[in-house]
Amino acid sequence: MRLFAGIRSLASTLFRRSQIEGDMEQELRSHIELRADDLERAGLSRAEAERRARIEFGGHSRFKEEIRDAIGSSFFESLSQDVRFAFRMMRKSPGFAAVAVLTLACGIAANAVVFSVMNAMILRPLDLPQPRNLFLVEYGGKRHYMESYPDYIDMRDRSREFSGVAAFGVAMVGLDNGQGASRAWAYEATGNYFDVVGVQPFLGRFYHGSDEHGPDSAPYAVLSYAYWQSHYQSDRSVVGRKVQLNKYPFTIVGVAPPNFRGTALFFSPDLWVPLVDQAQIEGDSVLNLRGRRGLFIVGRMKSGATKSQLAADLDSIAASLAETYPKEDDGASFSLTRPELMGDYVGKAMRAFVTGLMLLAGLILLAACANLGSLFAARAADRSKEVALRLALGSSRARIMRQLLTEATMISLIGGLVGLAGSVWLLPWLSAWQPLPDFPINVPVNPDATVYAVAMLLALVSGLLFGVVPVRQVLAVDPYQVIKSGVTSIARRFTLRDVLLVAQIAICAVLVTASLVAVRGLVRSLHSNFGFIAQDAILVNTDLAMARYNRDEQPVMQRRILDAVQAIPGVSAAFGNPLPLNPDQMHSQVFADGATDLRASKAVAVTVEYNVSPGYFGAARTTLLAGRGFTWHDDKNAPRVVVVNQEFARQVFGSVEKAVGGHYVNRGGARIEVVGVTEDGKYENLTEDPRAVMFYPILQAPSSATWLVVRSNRDPREVTEAVTQAIRTLDPGLPFTLRTWNKTLDSALFPARVATVSLGVLGSLGALLALTGIFGMAAYSVSKRMREFGIRIALGAHNNQLLRAALGRTFRILAIGSAAGMLLGLAATRVLAFIVYQATPRDPIVLAGVVLAMLLVGLLAAWIPARRALATDPSTLLREQ
Amino acid sequence: MPTKAQLLPGTLDLLILRAVSLGPLHGYGILLRIEQISGSALLVEQGALYPGLFRLVRQGLLKANWGVSDNNRRAKFYELTAAGRKRLREETESWNRLANAVASALGPQPEEI
Repeated sequence: MRLFAGIRSLASTLFRRSQIEGDMEQELRSHIELRADDLERAGLSRAEAERRARIEFGGHSRFKEEIRDAIGSSFFESLSQDVRFAFRMMRKSPGFAAVAVLTLACGIAANAVVFSVMNAMILRPLDLPQPRNLFLVEYGGKRHYMESYPDYIDMRDRSREFSGVAAFGVAMVGLDNGQGASRAWAYEATGNYFDVVGVQPFLGRFYHGSDEHGPDSAPYAVLSYAYWQSHYQSDRSVVGRKVQLNKYPFTIVGVAPPNFRGTALFFSPDLWVPLVDQAQIEGDSVLNLRGRRGLFIVGRMKSGATKSQLAADLDSIAASLAETYPKEDDGASFSLTRPELMGDYVGKAMRAFVTGLMLLAGLILLAACANLGSLFAARAADRSKEVALRLALGSSRARIMRQLLTEATMISLIGGLVGLAGSVWLLPWLSAWQPLPDFPINVPVNPDATVYAVAMLLALVSGLLFGVVPVRQVLAVDPYQVIKSGVTSIARRFTLRDVLLVAQIAICAVLVTASLVAVRGLVRSLHSNFGFIAQDAILVNTDLAMARYNRDEQPVMQRRILDAVQAIPGVSAAFGNPLPLNPDQMHSQVFADGATDLRASKAVAVTVEYNVSPGYFGAARTTLLAGRGFTWHDDKNAPRVVVVNQEFARQVFGSVEKAVGGHYVNRGGARIEVVGVTEDGKYENLTEDPRAVMFYPILQAPSSATWLVVRSNRDPREVTEAVTQAIRTLDPGLPFTLRTWNKTLDSALFPARVATVSLGVLGSLGALLALTGIFGMAAYSVSKRMREFGIRIALGAHNNQLLRAALGRTFRILAIGSAAGMLLGLAATRVLAFIVYQATPRDPIVLAGVVLAMLLVGLLAAWIPARRALATDPSTLLREQ
Repeated sequence: MPTKAQLLPGTLDLLILRAVSLGPLHGYGILLRIEQISGSALLVEQGALYPGLFRLVRQGLLKANWGVSDNNRRAKFYELTAAGRKRLREETESWNRLANAVASALGPQPEEI
């Protein structure tokens, strides 16, 4: 009942203000009339009685004002009062306000940025109609994620739960619009791709299934909006124009809408071409080979179907494929994944990494909050006199709490806004960042309403949570005691502020440990043995299919290029496809000598495959441990030979000695002799376990893609110019890129670099927070104890005794926090081992680094307070107090 | 006119509660009742009564209803709520304790130390 009455009275104060005013006026008038009645009865005239009554009543408007005060001002009025007061308080102690706001802003900005990335890459689906119904079907075999075209056709025709299934691959094409060929990235997509995905063209039309009539029958291209803007200056007459793709004529039929950047978030193509034209686009078609898996399959689930029905449907298709085609599809299975990050192929590591980052960002926020908590606590201690005075003057504790909460909220709102502004300023840079120069990879991280809401919510929650830390303190204030004796706080051995500071330092130590482990891992991976030397080597990358060389012409042209480059003085060269640590690695199975059952499950090893020219091992500086390299006599007419690495020799033959001269059978059933063994290296990424690898001679395993390794001690610019000249002379229409090997390796080092940079940033943020936290605590305790120091100095204390008294506690807390944080950090680095090379926690350099870093932070933070303590002038201080 | 005692802060509320405890009264009536029960010893400025009344209503100790006075004037009548009755009891007790303590402290001491 009372609650109800309270609500009603609150409601009336809020909404029926004028009615209350009227009520009040009436009541006061009724009082005066009643008094006048009495006076009239006592013998006065009515007029005189009323006059007397009014005089007796006193200041009419003053009492009305007092009544208004008594019934309380409205919620919004007192809120605006509180806000004004909070602003005044902040202006009075700008140092506190600035530190609190900045601390929170750091935490919020870190979280907003990481959350934006997480939101853009993991949480937010593709910008397509009903994106949750769109799946990427991943092939579940050993080291396979992609699909083959015949398997796709079977899935398309047999699936009952998909309303449509499309396939696409990624290819580089030479695009010539009359001004010379340049490289462009294309999705080779099936005719139904746009229909399954569900987009409408921005200009012209898309190609469809009805445009395809067998291989190379649909010479149509669809441009991406970005490519249309950058290469055609948004020219609307582009539709219908003819272009040369790999010297074949194609017609531009349409332009995709601006928000459609392909079905993977960070791999956005320049154009789409029909998959049936694969022979023209890649110089060779593998669409009839069931074992060649180079396609992604995206399918749209029928509305009304469930994911488990769909999975069961795919399971039955996989089972029947495995039975019908044991050679290619033995043990096949299909799994449903999200298309945004290309399924689990890239997504798994990415999700793990981003989640880990989010966790660390959360830690930053936690550290910032602990910092805020101790700031607020210190401030409350300083203000206990003010609070006591207000209590003594009749303010209610609830009112004071509300005031404190308003202040905390204001600080958190301002901090949140500043942090958000910082992240909004940072994010466009991240969006525009194209980490790998050769690939159309970038991540559009545009913050949306979710990001803003989450950031502000985080700010509010953390501000309020830690703004109420001092509430207990405030409630315990005894105004009488405080005002009488000026005791501002009760000295306790262990306060909440100490706990907060230990927690904060521990969190910061975790971050510092993590970032040091990452940096150390990166340094190590840069100095590990790659199995080749990238220094002093330039890579020329081209694909002869882009200039329409056919299978017979390709080896001839490759040999001519090689000869021309080798003719440059001071230069040695060879080529291969691909090169180790390129993103496009090939895998193949190896079977024991004499094997006839060539199902994948019977393979003795799964290896990485390279096709290299004679002289490759010399040019790449890969050491041959035994046997020989290749010569130009290892051609189609010679017996098939291979060079393997040490790991291959160990896995398949037992040792390097037994390997040379040994035989095995490849996937095609051919018997191959091992003629040489090389050292082990890094092939797919820097954190991999040793991988079995084989090198085939290029003439026995030809390919149109060519990576020319040009090694020279001469000035790279001269060499680059000479090589460019040599290739232009041979074929001016062949598009190629030329870059140092080190630069090309960026893609392999990319994950480690990103991890290091992001962990480094978070680590520095952590260190910064630890710095401000310790500084705040040391400065505060020194300022509280100035008088004590004055006495100590007067009594003849030495500087180091004084310092021990002033900062001993701070450093004890620092030591406890750092130790706890280091232990936690070491446990956490196990998670890092996924991305960072040899992220071992038991690394003396890392341990020493963390100790040193925390010590440095402590010294730096304690510097100014220590100076202040030492500079204490006892006479002034003692006189003052 | 006898000299009237100035009210101590906070005691007006107690007097109002006491005045209303005997039955519903309008503001002017409360004033008269206080004068009457205090033997005209306490001075209450007439207008000063109302902020107190509004505050007590807001605190839920009193409830107010418009009605008609004996001489047919419209007036707002106040009466105690249950909470008000409880508060009156508590405040009376603590006031008595305080008053006794102060009185005995100020009164003649049997043996001065």
